[in-house]
Amino acid sequence: MKKNKLSIALAGNPNCGKTTLFNNLTGARQHVGNYPGVTVEKKEGYRNFKNYALTIIDLPGTYSLTAYSPEELVARNFVVRETPDVVVDIIDASNFERNLYLATQLLELERPMVLALNMADVAEARGIKIDDQLLARRLGIPVVRTVGSRKQGMEELLETAVRTAQETQRTSFVINYGRDVEEAIGKLAPLLAAAQRQLNFPRRWLALKLLENDRDIIESIQKIPESEGATAAAAEARAELQQKLGDDPELLIADFRYRFLGALYREVVTVQDEDALTFSDKIDKVLTNRALGLPIFLGLMWLVFNLVFTLGAYPQDWIEKGVSLLGSWVGQHMAEGDLKSLLADGVIGGVGGVIVFLPQVILLFFAISLLEGTGYMARAAFIMDRVMYKVGLHGKSFIPLLLGFGCSVPAIMGARTLENPRDRLVTILVTPLMSCSARLPVYTVLIAAFFGEQRAGNVLFSIYLIGIILAIIMARVFRSVLFTGSTEPFVMELPPYRIPTLKSILFHMWERSILYLQKAGTIILAVSIIIWFLTNYPTEVQYSKDYAALIAQAETLPQDEVKEKLVREQAGEKLGQSYAGQVGRFIEPAIAPLGFDWKMGVGLFAAFTAKEVLVSTLGTIYSVGAGEEDAASLKDALAADPAYNPLVAYALMIFVLIYSPCLATIATIKRETNSWKWALFSSGYSTVLAWIIAFIVYQGGKLGGLGG
Amino acid sequence: MHKELSKLQPGERAVVIKITGNGPIHRRIIDMGIVPGAKLKVEKFAPLGDPMEIKIKGFNLSLRKTEADTIQVEVAG
Repeated sequence: MKKNKLSIALAGNPNCGKTTLFNNLTGARQHVGNYPGVTVEKKEGYRNFKNYALTIIDLPGTYSLTAYSPEELVARNFVVRETPDVVVDIIDASNFERNLYLATQLLELERPMVLALNMADVAEARGIKIDDQLLARRLGIPVVRTVGSRKQGMEELLETAVRTAQETQRTSFVINYGRDVEEAIGKLAPLLAAAQRQLNFPRRWLALKLLENDRDIIESIQKIPESEGATAAAAEARAELQQKLGDDPELLIADFRYRFLGALYREVVTVQDEDALTFSDKIDKVLTNRALGLPIFLGLMWLVFNLVFTLGAYPQDWIEKGVSLLGSWVGQHMAEGDLKSLLADGVIGGVGGVIVFLPQVILLFFAISLLEGTGYMARAAFIMDRVMYKVGLHGKSFIPLLLGFGCSVPAIMGARTLENPRDRLVTILVTPLMSCSARLPVYTVLIAAFFGEQRAGNVLFSIYLIGIILAIIMARVFRSVLFTGSTEPFVMELPPYRIPTLKSILFHMWERSILYLQKAGTIILAVSIIIWFLTNYPTEVQYSKDYAALIAQAETLPQDEVKEKLVREQAGEKLGQSYAGQVGRFIEPAIAPLGFDWKMGVGLFAAFTAKEVLVSTLGTIYSVGAGEEDAASLKDALAADPAYNPLVAYALMIFVLIYSPCLATIATIKRETNSWKWALFSSGYSTVLAWIIAFIVYQGGKLGGLGG
Repeated sequence: MHKELSKLQPGERAVVIKITGNGPIHRRIIDMGIVPGAKLKVEKFAPLGDPMEIKIKGFNLSLRKTEADTIQVEVAG
């Protein structure tokens, strides 16, 4: 009997070439989503093969199938609950034993399975010969050789997978766990009949998991009344085994798996020279060298930073110019009115605000693909871990934090390289505290207005330093408050150095850019239109002067200055009375203790779209114009305003540094954590923190006799 | 002579005797193939002294010294 639709799940260790194989099999026909409830990404691809429509699911790369990591939980639940027609386990042939460890666990789930012996060419070059026929016989499943980077074996793999999916006869795979463990399994299995029916996991596997003290399975079984006795019996059996064999049953079971694999390895693999120094080892001797490792790392980071932000600035500049040209072109060619304003300022401005980050996202993922593809990313974590671990983070947190000084959007996307969700989340939450380049124009204007040239450097440096110190403190706080319990392991593979294919790099860049545009872009666009509305409406306001008449009068004058001044004054008054202006006045009591007035309130509100917007908003309010060239006149206007003094200016800079990440960042956090909760939490906690720190600075400064 | 893996010098070879501790870290260690009887070699320590890198079952693994403290090994001659 033939069916036309088949689903194939790809499983395998990280670094086994799974992604390359997935891309080879599906091409561009992919869909990226999330597994429900977790931050683990779910990738699906589609492929027509002969008369089958195949859905290929790329399971997260894992070393094992425990309940300790969400990736592993997702992988095993998918295999069992979604019942893919066939599971293809991809094995890095040059790293046979550890890769097969996962295979034995997948086999115990008793689903139709095919083994893809990937990178067989690399293994053979290293003098490792594998007898795949014998391997297939021992495991009872078909084995196919593939070379992902050269697209070899793809047809055969699909052919075998399709055939295996339709075979009804399967030999079951059993590892003998020794007399004592087997006895315990024998006792538990009869108690698990109901659990097997409800949870769909094989009975023997459930019994094993109970002996391994698997939290997820224990909890699921406790919910089933008929299997009530099983967990208590398992606890007893565990204690008994512990006493008899002197070790944790969990360890014993893993030990038996590895013993089985050790025997299998000796049987099917022949190695010429076990200690041959590989090409990869030689490179590593230099790159993680005691003396050279750190300087090389810092040099590479400097390159990455400049690639993303210095080189990225050129296309960004073109995009900004293009968008503003388009805006003014639309402005000239449309009739006056709300629609024109919406299109020219709201929509085009909003779209501009989305695509302006695109060059950075593309360049960042070029750099990340290169670092990950070559295998250097793991070494970067290896080199930096000591420092990052001290502050409650992971070695891999360094790159996102560094990028944070350029822009939080690519920085947070860069946190994707952290496999562990807790490490990733803490990193994402503190990254915006790294002062990004969009905050610099705010500092520049305020420092120029209130601090002399001699003090400018120190003031600026202190702001950046406060951001870093707060990031360290908050990382520790989040670690101990939000993510209590044991620390995350750093037990990490250092994969061999490889030359990544250009195709895989381009694919990664393309995929991430599309995702950014689809997922974060739509949110950024929507909210920027809302903020545009709030700063432009209502249009009918009560002005203090009859601007229309005055402007008409001024138009008769030979100089433009009078007219321009009036136009600016009118815009300032209009903004003051807009919804945003009302928000500013409304929140004034809340920000008064920080020394801020409503004008700063409006600016801070509008700057939620992007922090540099504070400068242009203040420019409009102070009627000096909102352009770059007006910064100098804004500086004078601010210096002349009695609401400001150096202390207020400093508190304002601190507030801008810390308070809610900009809209684009929030949208990116939403996309990367797959959760509005974390996006809003990031916005909320930082605003509260900003208030507290600015309060301490302002009130403390006043007590100390600073300011006025 | 038994000692903690973290006390070994680069270049030294050893056989795993026992793994103490429990929880996710412990589990990760055994999943990566660090089980009693496994042979390993210490490759190096990171430039800042921690973590360390070992070679086991033909691949390179890094782990923090605190994690390596839970692994008892016997130094091979």
